[in-house]
Parts: sequence; structure tokens; C-alpha cells
Amino acid sequence: MSDFFTATVLLATLASGIRLATPFLLAALGETLGQKSGVLNLGVEGVMLLGAYGAYYATLRTDSVLIGIGVGVLVGAFMGVVYGVVTLALKAEQGISGIGIFIFGLGISDLLFQKQVGTPTPIDGLGHFSIPVLGDLPLIGEALFQQNVLVYVAFLLVPALWFVINRTTFGLNVKAVGETPEAADSLGVSVDRTRYITIIVGNAMAGLAGAALALELAIFQQNLTNGHGFIAIALVYFGAWRPSGVMAGALVFGLIQAMVLQWKTLGIVVGTTASIVGMFPAVLTILVLVVVSRGTGAPAALTRPFERGH
Amino acid sequence: MLIGAVLAAGLIGAVMLLVLGANPLTGYAALIDGAFGGTKNLANSALKAMPLLLVGAGITVAFRTGVINIGGEGQIIAGAILSTLLVLALPDVPRLILLPSAFLFGAIGGAIWGGMAGALKSYAGVNEILSTIMLNIIAVQILNLLLRGPLMDPGEIERGSRIPHTERLSGNADLPILPGGTRLHFGVIVAVVMAVVCYVLLFRTTQGLRLRASGHNPFASLYAGMSVKRNVVLAFMYSGAMCGLAGVTLVFGSEGHRLATDGGATTFTGAAGFNGIVAALFGGLHPLWTIPASFLFGALLVGANAMQREVQVPAALILGLNGLVVVFVVASLQTRVRLAQIASRLRGEEQADLSLSDEASSAEAGADTS
Amino acid sequence: MIKTIQTLTRKSWLAGLVVLALVAAACGDDDEGRDPDAPIRIAMVGPSASNDLAFTQSMVDSLDRLGQEHDIEVDITDGTFVIEDAAVAIRGYAEDGFDIVLAHGSQFGGSLSEIAPDYPDTYFAWGTSADTFGLENVYSYSVKADQGGYINGVMAGHLTESNIVGVVGPIEVGDIKAYIDGFANGVKSVDSAITVNINYIDSFSDVALAAEAAQAHVDAGADVLTGVSQMTVGATGVANDHGVIWFGSQSDQTPLGEDIVVASQIYNWDYQLGEIVDDLLAGVKNGRVITADFNNGGLSMAYNPGFALPSAVRAAADETEAGIRDGSISTGYE
Repeated sequence: MSDFFTATVLLATLASGIRLATPFLLAALGETLGQKSGVLNLGVEGVMLLGAYGAYYATLRTDSVLIGIGVGVLVGAFMGVVYGVVTLALKAEQGISGIGIFIFGLGISDLLFQKQVGTPTPIDGLGHFSIPVLGDLPLIGEALFQQNVLVYVAFLLVPALWFVINRTTFGLNVKAVGETPEAADSLGVSVDRTRYITIIVGNAMAGLAGAALALELAIFQQNLTNGHGFIAIALVYFGAWRPSGVMAGALVFGLIQAMVLQWKTLGIVVGTTASIVGMFPAVLTILVLVVVSRGTGAPAALTRPFERGH
Repeated sequence: MLIGAVLAAGLIGAVMLLVLGANPLTGYAALIDGAFGGTKNLANSALKAMPLLLVGAGITVAFRTGVINIGGEGQIIAGAILSTLLVLALPDVPRLILLPSAFLFGAIGGAIWGGMAGALKSYAGVNEILSTIMLNIIAVQILNLLLRGPLMDPGEIERGSRIPHTERLSGNADLPILPGGTRLHFGVIVAVVMAVVCYVLLFRTTQGLRLRASGHNPFASLYAGMSVKRNVVLAFMYSGAMCGLAGVTLVFGSEGHRLATDGGATTFTGAAGFNGIVAALFGGLHPLWTIPASFLFGALLVGANAMQREVQVPAALILGLNGLVVVFVVASLQTRVRLAQIASRLRGEEQADLSLSDEASSAEAGADTS
Repeated sequence: MIKTIQTLTRKSWLAGLVVLALVAAACGDDDEGRDPDAPIRIAMVGPSASNDLAFTQSMVDSLDRLGQEHDIEVDITDGTFVIEDAAVAIRGYAEDGFDIVLAHGSQFGGSLSEIAPDYPDTYFAWGTSADTFGLENVYSYSVKADQGGYINGVMAGHLTESNIVGVVGPIEVGDIKAYIDGFANGVKSVDSAITVNINYIDSFSDVALAAEAAQAHVDAGADVLTGVSQMTVGATGVANDHGVIWFGSQSDQTPLGEDIVVASQIYNWDYQLGEIVDDLLAGVKNGRVITADFNNGGLSMAYNPGFALPSAVRAAADETEAGIRDGSISTGYE
């Protein structure tokens, strides 16, 4: 255990935890925006997979990571349009539609990969970008400021999303639509238009989360996301619909995973002990939810379709 | 309507295959032959459908009570573990006692795991979607822990191959093969009977009435003196018990007659906890209609494997199309209700309005499930 | 919603089932026995994709080579990570009269032990394992993966400058454990002071976790990595990123890193398949454990021509291989 408490190992764990937290964070922030406006999207996992495949395939074909990221975001936004039409225009039940989108993404990303690529072919993924000055800081420089560019994007989106939700008219509308859509509507706020925007942006962020995963790993494989999307949804509740809370949750998840990996690498935990440590984040989430969930700002209209004149 | 959704999804799939350079006709022919061609394939489809039916029928109980149970995977695992522990502890008990006890233990295991999600929702305000996702993760880890530790086949340890599965479980707990020369076993009968039990519970008992009332209108139920909280816990326990039974059939009806894992989440469940939701939806969230719905869905999954084997069209296609069908079904039903509503309003026919208002209000109740 | 779904779907059900029944009736079910002059029919059931650059692909490649020597007809079901799906496919192939059915995954043994007695005329083979359940129609194949592991380890021991070497493993089973233990012993044979960090990530498929495990090794100072199973594509990505050299096993993993892959131990199942086909043609069933090693050609090394391996290290590897072949070097496994 003493091996673990050295500065280099601790900082490496921190860096690894931040990297692992990034896809969770991107997807969970997108889901937060959607839920704030009253729309639950259980399909995040499927959208992440499609975004990951889109980003991977585009990068494989064009050798451009930027195009890859763009395609990942576009695929996500497209799925957002689909989900918007299904849940807003057609008023489909959100929980089940989301499961449908998840299954669709799981199957189709695998189909496309098998038919278009087949054997796992590595791509040139996201390189690491050292922020000038900060990246050169002793010790923490390498851990915090020499990550890939999407890591910075994800963490910058935390204050950005907070600002949009709490300091802009659009954010006010989003909250109004998520709490009392009838009142918002009577004040002239278009409920559907607001929700379309949050859904499309939210899904685009899920697509970006998938892209971040595929481009960091520089590879795609069947079910690459392996449950990331579902944990991202849990993080929204964990963070009580606040961007900062969601970030804290994502970091807790990422850091615990990173810590377990370091412990295994250094031989501190072996064999079956790893399973016990592996269930720790899930147990923790439930405990946190039990403690904090009472009366913590779930949007009142979450999952409720809006119909004018009711 | 459902057929329409299936056809529409099939059409989209065909276009995708054409774009990807595969022949959709040979693909679908292989799928249908693999699913329905001959008694053996039909039997395989029924076997694949068995856990889906148990999970799906249980899900209908939860849905009708107004809660979404996506914790089927964890509840299947809990049932499988508890029944396996029983059989490992008492291998020599005669079959007539051991087998029913295994089912009972499986149901209890699933009910405990499901009941936890229900209790967390009712008494701690934890959203059930979240708690079930987490409970799924925890169940998988417990399974891995047991199979790589205390429950590992001693033979594996001796040979050093260390495959994470139990020893071959007692023959007294084997699900008997039904006559007819196929692999169909007793579990299929259990599944159908339990689907009927779910129907009776929901529609022929006071308890069922209370559950459905909680789901339909929690506030009215509260006024009527019902404990909505208690009903939510009960619904999760029923639903979980059904998943636990599915776990029992998956272990004691498997070819290997063992509990196994590969460290992943779907090794022995085959994602039945999720697919059961789809089957329940195919069946219109009615326990009895879930019987043919699961069969069709099981057949699609079996046929998809045949399609991959024979014409190299990945089975993943069918998985993706199932997702589309789900979306189509949920989306188009609401559309129809709405169109009918608008039409009736335009016509101003009072009678039509009356008969439709029931559907419209239940549509809202259904949409308001969490 | 519940009620409407129910009423709307009810009607379509009957229509749907009738259509399906008609289609099913049109599709026949045909079985036939084996014609001695017909090609040898071999079926294979594999857990991951046929082109996984790992375990499943190694068998597919071997079947391709077998096809150049014998008149064979091959049928493959891949991607059956669900054990029960694999069992259905294994039984289905036996039922369809295939001459040889390969259950290519140690996790399929539990099912095979129940299926094989029902089809005494079919030759079954499974692996990697060392158990035939006492049945004469069951062959089991295994590999002395520790041999190639040891050779890779010797090279790793010579090439590491930081004296730290990392291993990314899936689950501690069968040939995987053999390879990793052999590798560690090979490294130690060069210099017992070298640290070998071994990380089993508990999954055959979690690419992201494999990548992070590789990263953890790099963070711990490792400048040489190795790993086994299909999830290693995540680990090789990290190795590429940091220019850390990589040793592969099971299939030739050069495509995963043209610049960093030094060498791979390759499983050639040709030897085991040949033995079973010979038995089949001779009409005898002689179920036994067939173990591949460097002497019988079941294992071999593939060196990446694109990697500038110092000739002294290559010589050490060749020497080690020769020593393993003639028995003068023990890998220390078991």
C-alpha cells in the first residue's frame, strides 16, 4: 500500500481518473440539459455508441481527428432529432423510447463496424495537448494539463452549462419548461421548441462523449462504451441536476476506477478482492442517492409530455 | 400496427444491407428458416423465448403499477445465485423436492433484489431507473466474486484451467426434457404457467386491482386508503421474483447445467433482462399477450444467429432493428390515439369523445410512469 | 398508453402469427448422413469475431490452411459470447451431421460434456483445455503458451531500459495464465531485478479498461508491454501513443502497431486439426488431449519486419526457442 502513496503514483491516478471521467462527464452534462427541460433520455448509451463509431470511421477514412469529432457530434445531433420527433411530436413514452434507441445504437454500430471495417484497425487518435505554462508546472502539470483536447472541452462545458442554465433567458426557459410547462407556455415560451433544442444539444454531447472514447482509445469494438451511457444517466441524479455536482460524480467514478487499476498494477489488490472494489462505485451511488435525493430539484415535469390545453 | 412497425423496421434494415453490399432477401430468408423452419428450430426459438417471457410477464406487473423495472439483469443473477447455492448445499435431495425448492429460492432471490429497488424508491425517494442500473452492476460483481472464488468448480482449480463456473450441478435439479425429441424442457411450462399467474394476479385479484390503481392514478389511490408506497415495493418484488425464476431456468435448463460468467454482464443471461422489456412491450404490456410476443422475439434472436451463420449478415442487424421496432411501436400508438382524438373533436361527436377519452387518459397515465 | 397498446396489438398478433406459420411451413428441415467421398465437414463455434486478431482468428486461419491440404467444407459461428448460444450452435452442427465440431473456447466445455455423449459419431474438439470427460469422441487441445511467453519475456528483459515491464491480462484462466506466467519468468531469467507488473482487468472485452490498465503500467514506468485476448486492442493504442514496445500472443498483432510490435507468439492449430482429421480419415476415435508446442509446429514466433530488433536480442530469442525445443530451458510454468 505504501507504493500507492507516492506523489508520482497519486498524480498518475489523478490523471487517469480525469481521462476516465471525461466520456461520463460529456454524456452526463448533455443528459442534464435534456432533463432540466423535462425530457429523460435513456438512449444515451446507444447514441454514444453511434457517435463513437461515426468518429472512428470518419477518422479512419479521412485521417482527420477533427472530421472525426465533427461526425461524432453530427451523428449525436441526428439521433437527437429522431428522439425529439419521437418524444415531442409523437409524444411517445420517454423511458421505453430511450431503451429502443439504446438497443438500436448497440446493434447498428456493431453491424456497421462488422460490415465496413471488420478487423480492429487502429487510427491516429487524439494526441495529448500540453497547455502552455500550466502544462510545465511541476507534478500537477502532467496530470492535469497534458490531456487530450476533449478533456479540456468537457471540463470547460461545466461552467458553460451552468452559465447557460442559470444566467441566460434560454436557461430560464429551459427550467420553466422542465418545471411547469403549462405556465411557461402561457407566458409565450414554446415548450416544444425549447425541448427540441435541449434534446438535440444533449444528444450531440452524447455523440461527442462517444467520439471522445473512440478517439482516446484510437479503436472501435462492439459495445465499446460498455455501460458508460447508463452510468452517465445515474450521474445526473447523483449530481442533483447541477453541472458541478455531475462533474463531482464523474470524477468520483473515474478516480475510483483509476485507483483500482493502479492498485492492481502495483499488486495491492489481487484476484477476487478486485470484484469487491469494482462494486464500490455502484454502492456509493445508491448511498449518495439515499442521502441527497429527498427534495433535491428533480424537474417537476420530467418524463411528462406537454400537451397544450390540458 | 405491430406488424407495420416490424415491416417498416425490416424495410429500413433491407436498405441498410443493400447500401452495405449484402443481399437482404437471402438474409431474411435465412432468418425465417433459422427461426421457424422445422421442429428443432421452433424448439430453439421457444427455449430462447422462455426467459424473455418470465422477465416480460413480470415487467408487465411493474409497468402496470407505474414503475419501470430495468433491473431484470440483476434480478436474474440474484435468483440464479440463490438457487445455485441451495442445490450446491443439498445435492442429494430427491428431484421432486429439490427442483421446486430451487424455483422457490430463485424467486426469493429475484424478489429480494427487486424489492430493494422498490424500497429505495418508496422509502428513500431513489429513482428506480438509477437504483436498478446500480443493482445490476452490483449483482454482476457478486456473481464474478463467487464464481472466481468460493463457487468455482474444484475440478477447474485442480486442472489449473480456472474457468469461472460452478461444478456440474446435481442431476436432481436438472429441468426435465419434455417428450417430443426436442430440447424443450420443463422451464417452458413454468414460464407459460407463470405468465398466466401474472395475468390472474393483475386482473382477477384485489391485490392486482390495487396495483393497477396505484399505477393509474397514485393520488386517487391514496385517497382510497391504499398505500402506494407498499404497492410499489410489492410490484418490484413480483417483477423481481419472475426474473429470479428466469435465472433458475437459465441455470438448470442450460446445456452445461452450471452457473457461469466470463466477467461480463450478459454471459448467461443473454441480456434477457433487457430483451424481456421489449417482449413485454411487443405484447402490449399484457401478461398473456407477452406469451406469443416472447416467442416471436425469441425466434428473431435465434433466426438472427442463423442468418449470421449462413449468409454472413451480422446478427447485430436484428438487434438494431428490434430497437427501431420498439421506437416505432411506442411512437405510433400515441400518434393514433392523438389522431383519433383530433378527429373526434372535429366531428364533435359526443359518443366518440366519451369512448376515446378513456384511451386518451390512460395514454397519459402510461406516459407518466416515473 | 398501456390500454391502447394492448387493444391495438391484439388484432395484429393473429394476423402476424398466421403469416409466420405459413412462411415456416414453406421452409423445410433437411438432414442427411455423411457420404465418405464428400468433403470433410468441419464446424467451428468461436466466442469473438473471426477477425479479432486474437484467439478466434487463430483458429479461422488454421482452418484456411487445412483447406489447402484436405477437401473440407467449413462453417463458422462466431461472436457467441453467450455460452448458451454457443451450446445451441454446437448441438445444431452435430445434429446437422458435421464430421468435426470445434468448440473453440474453454468456457464451452461445460456444455460440450453434456452434448457430446448424444452424438457418438461426431468428432468434437474443444480448447483450450486438458479434459476429454473420458469420452472417445472428444478431443481437447491446449497450447504450451508459456513457451512463447518465455521467449517474448526474454526479449522484453533485454529491451527494457526502465527495468519495469507491464502485462495486461483479461481473466486468470488456462492458456492466458500460462502465457503471462511464462512471460514473467522469461523476463526474470534475463535479470531477476526487473519488475513485472501484472494487471488482470477481469474482462475479455472492455477495451477502455484495457487501455487504462496499459496507461497505469506506463505511469508506473513500464517501457515494455504485453497482453492477451481481444481487449488488448485498447492497450496497443496506449502503447502506440507512448511509443512503448509491445509483445503479442495468439495471432500476429503487427497490424495493431507497425512501429511498436516486436514479435507475437502465434497459435497454429494446424497440428491439432491434422491429428483429428487423420483419426477421422482412419475411422478411429481416440479422444485425447493434444498439446501444441514449438516442437510440433503448434506454436511459432512471428517477428515484425518493421521493427528494428537488435540482432543480439534476436539471437537471444532464437537461442531461447532452441533451448525450449530441446528441453534445456524450462519456462518454469506449472
